[in-house]
Amino acid sequence: MAQMNMIEAIKDALRVELKRDPGVLLFGEDVGKVGGVFRATEGLQAEFGELRVFDTPLAESAIGGLAVGLATQGFRPIAEIQFVGFIFEALDQMFVQAARLRYRSGGRYNAPIVFRTPFGGGVKAAELHTDSLEGLAIQTPGIKVVVPSNPADAKGLMISAIRDNDPVFFMEHLNLYRAFKDEVPEGEYTVPLGKANVVREGKDITIIAYGLMVHTAIKAADELAKNGVSAEVIDLRTLVPLDIDTIVASIQKTNRAIVVQEAQKTSGAAAEIIAQINEKAILHLEAPVLRVAGPDTVYPFALIEDAWLPTPARIVKAANQTLQF
Amino acid sequence: MSKGSLDAPAKPGQQAAHIVHSEDVTPLQVLSPEGEVVNAAAMPNLTDEQLKEIMYRMVFTRTWDDRAVNLGRQGRLGFYAPVSGQEGTMVGSEYALTKEDFICPGYRDMPQLVWHGLPLYQAFLYSRGHQHGGQIPEGVNVLMPQIIIGAQILHATGVAMGFKLKNEKRVAITYTGDGGSSEGDFYEGMNFAGSFKLPVIYFVQNNGYAITTPFAKQTAAQSIAHKALAAGIRGVKIDGMDVLAVISAVQEAAEIAREGGGATLIEAVTYRFRPHSMSDDATKYRTKEEEQEWALRDPLVRFGKYLETKGLWSEEDTARVKEEAKAAVNEHIKKAEQTEKMTVAGLIDSMFETTPPHLEEQKAEF
Repeated sequence: MAQMNMIEAIKDALRVELKRDPGVLLFGEDVGKVGGVFRATEGLQAEFGELRVFDTPLAESAIGGLAVGLATQGFRPIAEIQFVGFIFEALDQMFVQAARLRYRSGGRYNAPIVFRTPFGGGVKAAELHTDSLEGLAIQTPGIKVVVPSNPADAKGLMISAIRDNDPVFFMEHLNLYRAFKDEVPEGEYTVPLGKANVVREGKDITIIAYGLMVHTAIKAADELAKNGVSAEVIDLRTLVPLDIDTIVASIQKTNRAIVVQEAQKTSGAAAEIIAQINEKAILHLEAPVLRVAGPDTVYPFALIEDAWLPTPARIVKAANQTLQF
Repeated sequence: MSKGSLDAPAKPGQQAAHIVHSEDVTPLQVLSPEGEVVNAAAMPNLTDEQLKEIMYRMVFTRTWDDRAVNLGRQGRLGFYAPVSGQEGTMVGSEYALTKEDFICPGYRDMPQLVWHGLPLYQAFLYSRGHQHGGQIPEGVNVLMPQIIIGAQILHATGVAMGFKLKNEKRVAITYTGDGGSSEGDFYEGMNFAGSFKLPVIYFVQNNGYAITTPFAKQTAAQSIAHKALAAGIRGVKIDGMDVLAVISAVQEAAEIAREGGGATLIEAVTYRFRPHSMSDDATKYRTKEEEQEWALRDPLVRFGKYLETKGLWSEEDTARVKEEAKAAVNEHIKKAEQTEKMTVAGLIDSMFETTPPHLEEQKAEF
């Protein structure tokens, strides 16, 4: 197994699938010659040619629509939206045209498209580069939502997303791109969509997270352990489909839970998870399930983002509140 | 799969420069409103049988539209956008293509879909909100009608890129109206097509109104055809009430696209005789005089006169086709009404290839 950071793992997944399936195309703004602003596609155009990996003119809606049109002709497009805030320009093509293609055609057409986008705060990027917009996607019928937290998962989930015959919104946290290296299996390694991962076992409380917040949750669990609290940490990996079974199994053991998300608090992934916990595990709960999230403001780029983003300390505080309920 | 090319034009503006000028463009016409040939050079090469087939389709489409309006009033159709007046652009543009060419329509463009191979009862089912209406049969090269104005323009652009990558000599055509030409997707699509030199035809049926908003308020551009210049593609303006001008322009654009010459924007000036939809009242924004003036340019009358002079068509032919069309509409609306009803469970199963657990669970409620 090779040591890779998340960028390298994503590139490896793209290379494996470009090589395996001649229908896979990779395109977007600046993805070709230089390999994207984060170099996630570096070298792929040289390896697979300009007919497989190419730059497009600068227009996100057209990038999305191009993917839908190509999908109807048997291609498997991977469309990069350069930064998460730019998806607003492409919402119709991603969340309506791609997401509804199977329904609208009664299955005659489908959209095996991966919309890749970097997202997430803490990197001092420009405005509208680092929001967490997964809430928009999970409210949208017909599209899957994937948020990896580590290099191996990023590779395995990316290959599964590319092979999936429905559209996938694949969100790559900017602060994880080069955060650390880890062992990544070689070749056609897949992680199924819809299976969460218990990244740390515990018995007193369940902390549910995804993306970068998995690491923030682990730091909080380390702090809690110092006070003798054993926290279980679940990495959701995918928000649609959501692996509620793993969450429920954990709560049956711990009887307490909190959900951590980087996105604004109201009506997001955490709210949905708690609603499902209510439906399936309320009798196992000793305390209300709390959310640790960003406040309901616009994302404050750069200057005060570290104060805005959920911290281990806020998670510890919420966990203690739950434990002392 | 990818073996074609995505080469940009050698010189920017090359495709457009000799077509669109800064002067006013006179719309291409083959027939005068009186049905006389005014431009023999642009006359498409069609046999007598083909000419009669085109007239057959136009009369059939007009009758179908008359019937559909009534069916709508009876509640037997759902959303329906009338087409009368636009038979020249709709029938003509489809007729100029091959069955291998691919259509990305707007919601009014049902005739193009049906003449391209979509069974009429499915067009009715689409109007009624039945999913089977969008279940395009294998081998029929069309997408479902698009509701979001302009979204289909980008799909056609992607379809055309697919053809080019696969080295297939096929063309994608997409339709929108004068209102659609103001959408961002319209510019984005044409710009992509220019940049990748794609085999696509952007066909704008300029019927003078975007629901109620008149063309004068839609744009300050000299014409919609001029907008091709900005994207570096061919731009053509034609008389959309002249079916032969439509066929001539689309055939030429398709031939150029097939030979690797890139995209064309066609602005066809036309008029819808009826309101925008069944819930619209055109008398609120159009004058009687204007409607009467356009009625004189009726594409059926013009082409009919031409065929009558050639001895190819008569009043009796029109009467016969009307009867055939009425019978076909009756048969297909019955078939639509007898189609198995949709269920919420079926709807749930149409969201993903494999229904995920949360949706399986929701199915249990229905």
